[in-house]
Amino acid sequence: MNWNLFVTELVAGITHGSVYALIALGYSMVYGILKLLNFAHGDIYMVGAFIGFGLITVFGGPLGLTVNVVLLLFLMFLCAMIGGGLTGVMIERFAYRRLRNAPRIAPLITALGVSFFLENGAQLVLGAQFQSYNTFSWANNPIGLNGFTLPAQARISYAQVIVVVGTIVLMIALTWFVQRTQTGKAMRATSFDREAAAMMGIDVDRVIVVTFFIGSALAGAAGVFNCIAYQQVWPYMGFQAGLFAFTAAVVGGIGNLPGAVLGGLLIGLAESFATGYLSSTFQQAIVFAILIGVMLLRPSGLLGTAAVQKV
Amino acid sequence: MVERDGNPAPPDAPQIGVDEWVATHDVRREGGHGPLARIRRELQRVPTPGFYFAFGAAAALLPAFTTNDYILRVGFDTLLYMLLALGLNITVGYAGLLDLGYVAFYGFGAYAYAMLASPQFGLHWNTLAIIVVATVATALLGFLVALPSRRLLGDYLAILTLFFGQLFVTVYQNGNHISVLGFTRGYDVTGGPNGIPNIDNYDILGLKITTVRGYYYTALIMFLLVLSVVYLIDRSRTGRAWRSLREDPLAAELMGIPVNRLKLIAFAMGAAIAGMTGTLFAALNTAVFSADFDVPSLIIVYAILILGGAGSLGGVIIGALVVNVSLEVLRTPGHATYIFYAALAIGLVAFVRPWRWFGIVVGGTIAFGYVVHAIVSAVWPDGVAGSPAIGGPLGSFLDSWQLYPANPRTIGNVAFVALVFVCMLLTLLHGWVRWVALIPTLYLASFVWENRLVAEPSITRLILIGVILIVLMNLRPQGLRGTARVEIV
Repeated sequence: MNWNLFVTELVAGITHGSVYALIALGYSMVYGILKLLNFAHGDIYMVGAFIGFGLITVFGGPLGLTVNVVLLLFLMFLCAMIGGGLTGVMIERFAYRRLRNAPRIAPLITALGVSFFLENGAQLVLGAQFQSYNTFSWANNPIGLNGFTLPAQARISYAQVIVVVGTIVLMIALTWFVQRTQTGKAMRATSFDREAAAMMGIDVDRVIVVTFFIGSALAGAAGVFNCIAYQQVWPYMGFQAGLFAFTAAVVGGIGNLPGAVLGGLLIGLAESFATGYLSSTFQQAIVFAILIGVMLLRPSGLLGTAAVQKV
Repeated sequence: MVERDGNPAPPDAPQIGVDEWVATHDVRREGGHGPLARIRRELQRVPTPGFYFAFGAAAALLPAFTTNDYILRVGFDTLLYMLLALGLNITVGYAGLLDLGYVAFYGFGAYAYAMLASPQFGLHWNTLAIIVVATVATALLGFLVALPSRRLLGDYLAILTLFFGQLFVTVYQNGNHISVLGFTRGYDVTGGPNGIPNIDNYDILGLKITTVRGYYYTALIMFLLVLSVVYLIDRSRTGRAWRSLREDPLAAELMGIPVNRLKLIAFAMGAAIAGMTGTLFAALNTAVFSADFDVPSLIIVYAILILGGAGSLGGVIIGALVVNVSLEVLRTPGHATYIFYAALAIGLVAFVRPWRWFGIVVGGTIAFGYVVHAIVSAVWPDGVAGSPAIGGPLGSFLDSWQLYPANPRTIGNVAFVALVFVCMLLTLLHGWVRWVALIPTLYLASFVWENRLVAEPSITRLILIGVILIVLMNLRPQGLRGTARVEIV
């Protein structure tokens, strides 16, 4: 067995999976509260990636940076998270809010329209072509040149470390927010039962806005991770990423935050191993097979609890 | 509402226990007074199939007025969209299942026809046999796709079908070297990115159909047949059961309606109609490519269904006519500009009330434009260096009213983003502020249109479709022809 390939794909899969997990968290949070599949969520990831790309370009491109790299990364995250978050909040306010009590199919179709609008609007404004750029000179260097070796001579790049560590940090922050703060408590209550929460004096509108902001900010951050690790942005990038991410959310159990992370990692690994051992055209088929399998065997997802419908 | 100021309620006021909507039902049914309401009442007396016959007759006469193949081709495409929307109407409109892989079934039917009637495998089957086989096979495929999610919420079905649609495109795109689990050599099944060319024409019992006119009639006959079938199903036990399932699956199940079976039937029937339509598509185009069955076509079919009103058969006809014909017209910048300003005018007439505000908005926009034009041409001559895409009186008016920067790309992009924000802001304003704010918004919209959108018709079409879906769902979720859903609690 080729251990080098195995470890390389494992690392790549975890990197991919982290990005999917971040996007899936947003899907799951919004679904938990509104029971709405926000198809436009993947496109917020695209918005975040373009904000990151724009900042890199403004500061002279990755090879001729005019500011400190750490400062640039910080700026990229800040702007992409705020920009993504505001996009999400605006989508909620102007497209979904009126439909909160409409039949379920209405907001889904609206979400489809929003996603289509964002993709094609971005294509109009930013152009349809892939925007590739040179890597940061340091980002793809393997770490551990000074005596630290991975098994089987596999390599981990700085970019991969940043993605994985950054994802873990964001997840810890999210867990702290949801579990320990007043707003987080209100979010959990709203997701448990919106009407009852409203009767207990929780401002449901505010909670929904906060949820959209945080979920979308995570997608924006995922877009920046994409900028660092893959050096490529294009207007339709949100579609496939979004599809895989909400498959991840469903596989993990939609509405369940640890489930979204687990699902994201699973999908990332599956995609990565499919690419490494079969061919990249099989990615979709493998992920689809996982989706079908989970739906047949555990319809509520790996970590989800079976939904009991009460009337 | 029973007692007001201590006085007993007048006898014609809504009574306790009678919902206001129910109480005013008769009044609304009368539809007001005046000649328009009278015409509407008379039209309501015509049985619904009468309208379908009228449409069929009008559509059958179209080739008598034109020999232009392009127009017939547009008519044919519109009929195809009507057929597709009919199928989707069963799945989405009647049964309320969100099928986001719908065009994959369309593609499946098209590829089935292509494989059985082309040199790809050297097969040249009888056309009628292929239509039957393709329809049944697509129905089975739809059945299989819906099976895993039959017990689950509609949302899961949406994900599954969206994924299925993507997978379909990927598989057919790469289907030119399919091997059995890697053991055999790669077989060319779908032609890969090159598609399948040289497909046979329809040959129905010896009658070869080769012209666009012939296909137009074939599509029309197929549409009327399917329409009749769907109309009859709609009024049958199954149709009523579907609608009850859409309104409240739980209640339907408690009433003893076999919910799962009906969902599967609805899904498979929608798929079957799409598959049948696909054969027609393949036969006229004589080649199929997997890229034709991707998300943009899906969104167009959805826009048609939503615009017409999900669940309404007449809505399917109107929706397809409006969406496909206007999309077609948008291809030519000259026509597109007229359509754009006509649509703006219709929108203003429909929504700006009272009339004096209509006058103020229109007059204000024109005056605003002249002022801006005067200022910009004095300060920044480059800002008016370009010229409109159309000539004639409208063109010369626009030239003296709107700004045409010499290099519109960047400023047009900025204006587009600004327009999106301004439109969102506009929905937050009320009263006279909104009408006043409408004036610069209209000017900005015209600016973006003239300088950016008209130059990129293919993206503009898609952006407009997205906007149609969002705006319609928010303002009039029942579409043009549907009836509003009323909840009486």
